[in-house]
Amino acid sequence: MNTGTPALEVKGLHAWYGESHILHGVDLTVHRGEVLTLLGRNGAGRTSTLRAIMGLTGNRKGSIKINGTETIDLPTYKIAHHGVGYCPEERAIFSSLNCEENLLLPPLLKGGTAEQAMTETQIYEIFPNLAERRMSQGTRLSGGEQQMLAVARILRTGANLLLLDEISEGLAPVIVQALARMILMLKRKGYTVVMVEQNFRFAAPLADRFYVMEHGAIVEGFTSDELPAKISVLTELLGV
Amino acid sequence: MSLNIGIPLPALMSQLLLGLVNGAFYAMLSLGLAVIFGLLNVINFAHGALFMLGALLAWVAMEHLGINYWAMLLLSPLIVGLLGVVIEKTMLRRVYKLDHIYGLLLTLGITLVMEGVCRSIYGVSGLPYTSPEALQGATNIGFMMLPNYRAWVVVSSIGVCLGTWYVIERTKLGSYLRAGTENPKIVEAFGINVPLMVTLTYGFGVALAALAGVLAAPIMQVSPLMGQNLIIVVFAVVVIGGMGSILGAVLTGLGLGIIEGLTKVFYPEASSTVVFVVMALVLLVRPAGLFGKEK
Repeated sequence: MNTGTPALEVKGLHAWYGESHILHGVDLTVHRGEVLTLLGRNGAGRTSTLRAIMGLTGNRKGSIKINGTETIDLPTYKIAHHGVGYCPEERAIFSSLNCEENLLLPPLLKGGTAEQAMTETQIYEIFPNLAERRMSQGTRLSGGEQQMLAVARILRTGANLLLLDEISEGLAPVIVQALARMILMLKRKGYTVVMVEQNFRFAAPLADRFYVMEHGAIVEGFTSDELPAKISVLTELLGV
Repeated sequence: MSLNIGIPLPALMSQLLLGLVNGAFYAMLSLGLAVIFGLLNVINFAHGALFMLGALLAWVAMEHLGINYWAMLLLSPLIVGLLGVVIEKTMLRRVYKLDHIYGLLLTLGITLVMEGVCRSIYGVSGLPYTSPEALQGATNIGFMMLPNYRAWVVVSSIGVCLGTWYVIERTKLGSYLRAGTENPKIVEAFGINVPLMVTLTYGFGVALAALAGVLAAPIMQVSPLMGQNLIIVVFAVVVIGGMGSILGAVLTGLGLGIIEGLTKVFYPEASSTVVFVVMALVLLVRPAGLFGKEK
């Protein structure tokens, strides 16, 4: 599993928002087909790490290799074409687009892998709610439906590296369970997933590996096998 | 034939038509402004100058090169659109992240330069531009004589507005534009070339202004100052319709043209202020404009 080019390889990543220095040398590697979770307190730099990978922060320095290609100097719109799908924390469902237009908005990626691009039909099989509501205005959907839509729309582009920011946040337990099943399904299909999660219970059974962030850097990394031994460290780091 | 209010019907109808013609220009110009404001967040003060440039190019082409109206109907918007692309790429791009006032000041400066240059070359007196032969004359539609050229202006500009509305609201390209208006960063993160889209949108918006300019050339006198008079009313139209609303801009433009025309019949003294009275009233009742969304 750990052979070949990593899906994502970040080295010495620094990022700024204007004057404020938010990432202080982030190093992380995600292998193909792996589910990785970024843990940490609010403000530790997890969301900023994902945004920096997508080129959505201010200045960036360091190295970000996506499927083997250096992307640190690329403009945002070219980064996605190396095979990344980004689901932002605020979901960013567009109110002037209906559910289906939201789903079909992201274009097929030039560097995407065809076998991993789901068709509209497959997506509607996984998320029947979205099929029922395809003509509804995007922001009229419930919170759970909007979250599903935000994830679903990056599945048909051919992206094989998915960056999911706090997808379980603020949702009913039954929806969270559905999202967990979806992550497992994506893993079976061979997607590489990087999740930012506050909800440790949601992430724990899904992830292969964990990184813990603090003050804009990775302070701890371990596999799911090592998790039981790390619980006390985690409690201290996360304050959970 | 007269209505019971003492206004002869032909007079009423011809003012209505005049109002509709003006409304068509308001609609095309405010549509361009609305599209540009939506995606670029820039209040394009240069819109009036680019409208003027469209008309002036048509006049120059006719006068010096013998290029006819129909060719300029295509060429003028194309040339002005390209100029817009250059303006966006070299200047506007630098002010997006700043307050609206910087975009306004920059485009006002561009306006002053363009109008000043044209004025020093062509003077301020109106230059006559004859309408194309095929559209000269008038058609008797029973209760009035309908000037063919004016009918053409109304029909073609409504057509252009509807076409633009269709592209924005009903096509894939339009969905990129609408999404980009809401959250350009995320749209870019999906792999869509937003900077290019922004450039082309500005080019398209000002091309619409130039098209309106060519349409206006045979009706208004072509003059370097012709945009100034119009743009103030057009800004009022955009405010009344609601910033950033496509359909709002078109309907408000046509509606206000008609209101202005009717005012000329019933109370001519108020005809140049009625638009601003409506603006004040609308702002009191609906601060975001008739079709705008409150934020």
